[in-house]
Amino acid sequence: MNLLLEPLGYAFFLRALAASALVATVCAIVGTYVVLRGIAFLGDAIAHAAFPGVVVAYMLSIPFYIGAAVAAVGTALAIGYVTKRGELRQDTAIGVLFAGAFAFGVFLFSTIQGYVADLFSFLFGNVLAISPANLVGLLLLGAGVIVVVAVLWKELLYATFDPLGAAASGIPVERLEYLFLALVALTIVVSLQAVGIILVVAMLITPAATAQMLTVRFTRLMLSAALIGMVTAIAGLYLSYWLDVASGATIVLVQTFAFACALAYRRLAHLWRPAPLAEAEGEA
Amino acid sequence: MEPGPPAPPHDHPHARRLPVAEAHRHEHEAVLDPAHAHAHADVWLSDVSAGYGQRVALEHVSIAVEPGSLLAVVGPNGAGKSTLLKLMAGLADPWTGRIEVLGQPPGREARRVAYVPQAELVDWAFPVVVEDVVAMGRFPRLGPVRRVGPDDRRAVADALAQVGMARHLRTQIGRLSGGQRRRVFLARALAAEPDLFLLDEPVTGIDATTQELLMDLLEQQAERGKTVVATTHDLACAAQRFQQVLAINRTVVAYGPSNLVLDASVLARAYGGHLLILDGRTVVLDDAHHHDDAAPGEHHFHEQSGGRG
Repeated sequence: MNLLLEPLGYAFFLRALAASALVATVCAIVGTYVVLRGIAFLGDAIAHAAFPGVVVAYMLSIPFYIGAAVAAVGTALAIGYVTKRGELRQDTAIGVLFAGAFAFGVFLFSTIQGYVADLFSFLFGNVLAISPANLVGLLLLGAGVIVVVAVLWKELLYATFDPLGAAASGIPVERLEYLFLALVALTIVVSLQAVGIILVVAMLITPAATAQMLTVRFTRLMLSAALIGMVTAIAGLYLSYWLDVASGATIVLVQTFAFACALAYRRLAHLWRPAPLAEAEGEA
Repeated sequence: MEPGPPAPPHDHPHARRLPVAEAHRHEHEAVLDPAHAHAHADVWLSDVSAGYGQRVALEHVSIAVEPGSLLAVVGPNGAGKSTLLKLMAGLADPWTGRIEVLGQPPGREARRVAYVPQAELVDWAFPVVVEDVVAMGRFPRLGPVRRVGPDDRRAVADALAQVGMARHLRTQIGRLSGGQRRRVFLARALAAEPDLFLLDEPVTGIDATTQELLMDLLEQQAERGKTVVATTHDLACAAQRFQQVLAINRTVVAYGPSNLVLDASVLARAYGGHLLILDGRTVVLDDAHHHDDAAPGEHHFHEQSGGRG
């Protein structure tokens, strides 16, 4: 018990705990749509595209998340626009834009002298170093994302499941698409400090993918993804504290482990009790 | 169920049934009074051309569909059937020409329209159960924030009862057979209580019982004054169960009562080399399980397992 309570005596650990729980929840909620749309690669791309924004914010001494938000949302909308125009396949557009944006970030960063350690924390995250001011900014941003999803979850669900049927019945599918890309971008910004650019895609995808193994209903999927995300983030943070290892990587490893368990559980459940076949037709 | 006699032609003072022998691209405009047809139509297209990128899908299409019509759109693969439906649904814009749906440009009266896509366009592994899908039919009228309420639940239950799927409320859609899947999507359309149904291949690849049931329901809707436009590969179904048929092959080949349009000479023009006529009996050599090419940006789901349809 003391093992659990002892770190709570440190303000930095409490901040990290709050940040991790927030990040995991926001990621799982938005990640549910990302997984169902099959656009994990897009999440990875937007994370990399945030990097030049982070570097510029660093150079201008403004909060990192403001620069990251501008760069990430800008890139996300650009990808949406290029794809919409149909001139390039989406994965091609993403590949070009994200590598270019990330290279620009590295280029800018290399002009700064002697901050290699910080580069490492941008790439892999360091939630234990989060400042009170940044925590407040991220809480507001994260809460904003959750509120938007809470207001529009039905419309986003319909547009994800059947974009044609939704658009034909008056759901503004195209505007929702851009809004959704912006939400993904902001979610990534909220997560950067916790897990970093390289690993953020795991926070986005893994809890939702884990929950997908356990339920066939959308709302339950989203809620269990949020729960799984939060529990694994807190467990990962404690583990990293006890073992004195990188927090972001530990959280991602715990989530990956949870996914493997869910996968194994589903395989076993299928062996134990084969899925019932669809019942006979024509009962009308 | 015995195939009933062909539905009697809709009698309307300004009947605009074209003699089929003369059925031709523009001729029906000369036969019907265009202003009258326009004023009374639920769906009205005037000299519409459309396509994707450089590819032409439809050229010079002019039709007027009256309220209460039960219209089958037939034609070979690539004839532009799905494109026509998408234009009506406001999902695609015409290159040229004018379209009005329920008296407005397409999309303006969207909440009064229910569109059901081809089964290939649906991700059947999606984590939704039957009642979730049908409830989506209620989402547009609910708007943001508002949750599915008792009225909506009643509408969902009623729609599912009509299609005979009330027992499958909590079944994940991928576990359903092909016929059951079509029933669920028709239930979603019914739950939306629309004035116009736009159905892309509603009876393709399903069992005879389901086909009869779906057609009975659509007939009921038409009798209540709702308009139904459905694409189909099934000419027997078009002949027996639809009042009217629009035969297209990039352009209008014939449009009128089903018993007149589904004539060997018209079909020969609509289907070209895909048609074989033996002893006066028409045989259409068209792969009914194949569909038009995917439009750009569309993803077609072809699954290996689950569902038996």
